[in-house]
Amino acid sequence: MLDKIKEFASEFFVTGDPLILGAQVSIGLSLVAIIFVLTFFKKWRWLWTEWLTSVDHKKIGIMYIIASILMLFRGGVDALLMRVQLAAPELEFLHAEHYNQIFTTHGVIMILFMAMPLMFGLFNIVVPLQIGARDVAFPFLNSLSFWMFFFGAMLFNVSFIIGGSPDAGWLAYPPLSELSGSPGLGQDFYIWGIQISGIGSLATGINFVVTILKMRAPGMKLMQMPMFVWSVLSSCVTIMFAFPILTVTLFLLFLDRYLGAHFFTLDGGGNPMMYINLIWMWGHPEVYIVILPAFGIFSEIVSTFSKKKLFGYKSMVFALMSISFFSFFTWAHHFFTMGSGANVNAFFALTTMLIAIPTGVKVFNWLFTMYRGRIKFTTPMMWTVAFIPCFVVGGMTGVLLSVAPADFQFHNSYFLIAHFHQVLIGGVVFGYFAGLYYWWPKMFGFRLHEGLGKWAFWFWNIGFYVCFMPQYALGLMGMTRRVNTYDFDMGWQPLNVISTVGAFLMGAAFIFQVWQIAHSIKFYKKEKDGDAWDGRTLEWSIPSPAPLYNFARLPQVTSQDDWWEEKQRIAAGEPAKPLAPLEPIHMPKNSGIPFIMSVCWFTAGFGFVWDWLWMAIPGLIGVAVCMLARSFSYDTDYYIPVDEIERTEAALRGTK
Amino acid sequence: MRPYIRMLTPVLFLLMAVMLSGCGEQFIVLNPKGPIGESQKDLIYISTILCAVVIVPVLILTAVIVWRYRDKPGSKASYKPNWEHSTKLEITWWSIPIVIILILAVITVKYTYALEPSKPIESEKEAITIQVTSLDWKWLFNYPDEGIATVNYIKIPEDVPVKFQLTSDTAMNSFWVPQLGGQIYSMSGMAMTLFLQADEQGSYFGSGANFNGKDFAQMTFKVDATTEEDYNAWIDEVKATSPALTTEGFEKLTEPGSSGVQLFSSFPEGLFEKIVTQYVEGEGGGHHQGGASTEPASAPADESESTISTEHDAQNHTGH
Repeated sequence: MLDKIKEFASEFFVTGDPLILGAQVSIGLSLVAIIFVLTFFKKWRWLWTEWLTSVDHKKIGIMYIIASILMLFRGGVDALLMRVQLAAPELEFLHAEHYNQIFTTHGVIMILFMAMPLMFGLFNIVVPLQIGARDVAFPFLNSLSFWMFFFGAMLFNVSFIIGGSPDAGWLAYPPLSELSGSPGLGQDFYIWGIQISGIGSLATGINFVVTILKMRAPGMKLMQMPMFVWSVLSSCVTIMFAFPILTVTLFLLFLDRYLGAHFFTLDGGGNPMMYINLIWMWGHPEVYIVILPAFGIFSEIVSTFSKKKLFGYKSMVFALMSISFFSFFTWAHHFFTMGSGANVNAFFALTTMLIAIPTGVKVFNWLFTMYRGRIKFTTPMMWTVAFIPCFVVGGMTGVLLSVAPADFQFHNSYFLIAHFHQVLIGGVVFGYFAGLYYWWPKMFGFRLHEGLGKWAFWFWNIGFYVCFMPQYALGLMGMTRRVNTYDFDMGWQPLNVISTVGAFLMGAAFIFQVWQIAHSIKFYKKEKDGDAWDGRTLEWSIPSPAPLYNFARLPQVTSQDDWWEEKQRIAAGEPAKPLAPLEPIHMPKNSGIPFIMSVCWFTAGFGFVWDWLWMAIPGLIGVAVCMLARSFSYDTDYYIPVDEIERTEAALRGTK
Repeated sequence: MRPYIRMLTPVLFLLMAVMLSGCGEQFIVLNPKGPIGESQKDLIYISTILCAVVIVPVLILTAVIVWRYRDKPGSKASYKPNWEHSTKLEITWWSIPIVIILILAVITVKYTYALEPSKPIESEKEAITIQVTSLDWKWLFNYPDEGIATVNYIKIPEDVPVKFQLTSDTAMNSFWVPQLGGQIYSMSGMAMTLFLQADEQGSYFGSGANFNGKDFAQMTFKVDATTEEDYNAWIDEVKATSPALTTEGFEKLTEPGSSGVQLFSSFPEGLFEKIVTQYVEGEGGGHHQGGASTEPASAPADESESTISTEHDAQNHTGH
């Protein structure tokens, strides 16, 4: 009996690597610590009623952001481990299998479990406030989206200590990702982890499209929406068309692995190229899905801190929507070198270059928003200003890569690695950081320490250039991506060492950010009014953090930058907009179903990974039961009475 | 806030340093030794310069605007908080990228057709053929006309076009010799064609550029370009002194693992064609044929599938 348990445990847990053992121990210890703290302070009920069952978009947004920062930590540690391994030729810090797992998980985590949730977090917190709504269109679905993402991410991450991590690259090209190439469980964790969270992402996309189209405050025309809302709309429309492709692709791969189908296998009539086409039909729009909202954030910030209207609003909207459209016609540029022939390559090279046009226009519009403005260098604005040169250079190397015949020399080299890190860090990460710093006071009602934020900013920026500029050169020296080691006589070492130093500078920057948050909590100073930055859009017209119902009275919008115009009118001595009488506010009730349903999905996924039908089937039944339970629950909403609103408003706004 | 402009300086210097040192020996992509690599290098330079024409002014403009319109007491710079539209300006910056992209597009299309990898290189000399197979984690090179085979090593004569036919017996990989020219994927069930040529004698670095599993990093190889006499002498020497590659020997090569250089005086006839067509089941069961795939795929289909693939196919959902 004991032997059987031992044997099971040695298969169940990942064993034999001191690094992983250390991680297992520390994960175990932190779990115990969390359970202890929650029990000791009797916080279980609070956790359940205030957070786990919440359908409030603001709380869901905060949970997204917390999860994404944890994932940033894990993905960042992966990156540092890789950089250590590459710092010297023929180093034996990570053996090949471990290295392959780490670059796979680094990629998946950073894109799907860091960038996506950070983006959804900002969507959740900001969009309803900017359009003057009280919640998203489908609050229950919103909560479900979050928990699907969360448990999908957990399922993916658990492979690190249980069963083994995937190691076939972040997009898992077959035949390597088929049973023939990856017989282990890691690839199954990959499929189920991404599948479950992907369904959540698709639901979020639909939710926000409907929210933006149907829930805007009275009077707000489409062409009066803040630019961030436009960027969310373009991103979510892209999600709606792209994510179903991902779901289907991964499902087909699952059928191949689980039922022995032959969609992407070598034999039986399967074709790996089909997977590569499909995954990039999702994968390329995916990078625009994450970058477009960053463009929106920069537009908001550049206008606020230049004290000037956003330049070329219509151009900006047109550029966003056309990027979103063209993103679906460029996928084959990821495999110019797979022998598609000159006609196909020429077509996809041109569509790729086309995207540079609207992107370039946006840069000019940001520059001319600052032109004849008054630029204040707060931390959000610093990230924005740093973004412009970084993204411009990254975009230029992207155009170089799109030149198909030249790509034959860039493809799969560190030149490509440097390019996409420059646009993803310089664009997406800088953008979301800018957004976090910008909306932080709105989320939590206090400001972050600016000095520490500037330290973090400089460490991030210098670290970024030190890390990735040498990688362009390494690519031209013939260094290919995903190599875990290289020969001494290639002469790659000096630049690799510099790159590693840069990576650690960014690691230090992350520590500064954690310190900044801790410091600001310790010296907590409540925001006096909700308008932290002399803002322009509706979210700044309400207290920070926003009350449960956001707006006591739905705002009547008459122009773009409505709150700014209102402030201008009041300053000019004109009368403010008349206040309508308060009315009871219709709100959704909290629900535990999304959490429970996602746990069921997790169980089903875990069961399928191990091929334990006794676990998978009850999991799926649980999912069905949750759906039924939701269909038959009628008591899902309530009204906040007027006197309660009056009390809350009086408390939040002082005497007002 | 001066630091913002300062920040740009090191970046530009770094870029400049990279570009200037581009002629250095180590930047093998920018130091090609064959006509294909040479054209690709030209194209890299042309597109970089074209992009720089826009990028550099934009970077300077950014620095100037950020500096001039920073908020400081008593700033004399103009301030127009409601200035948000100018048709003239917007037309200008819609047209600048459009013009640049148009020029680049024309150049790209021209080069895309000129440098199509399956297009033979014009030469008075007849091309030699090398059949390339990527295995788990080594390269097998067959010289069908000479009848020899090598693992992880290529020797070619200078100034003679080389026709590489590529396939894979396992996960896909990518065959890349930067100093001769760009890469092309080796994919199972199909044969791709890549023409390259060395104009100079020398020893060139080659690698498998696409990740294909555990020891992927060990898939490097050397390409030696020598005089035709040396090349012919080498062929004779390999034929005289090296062992033959038998079918069993090939099966052994397909077992996962890395390898040093190996030389073989012969290889089983039609080995490459068998590898390419091993997945074809009877007639009409053929695989996807890329635009670059060529004749070997039409070789008579071999009914017997290789043991490796059937073994893998029989594998169950393991690891429970």
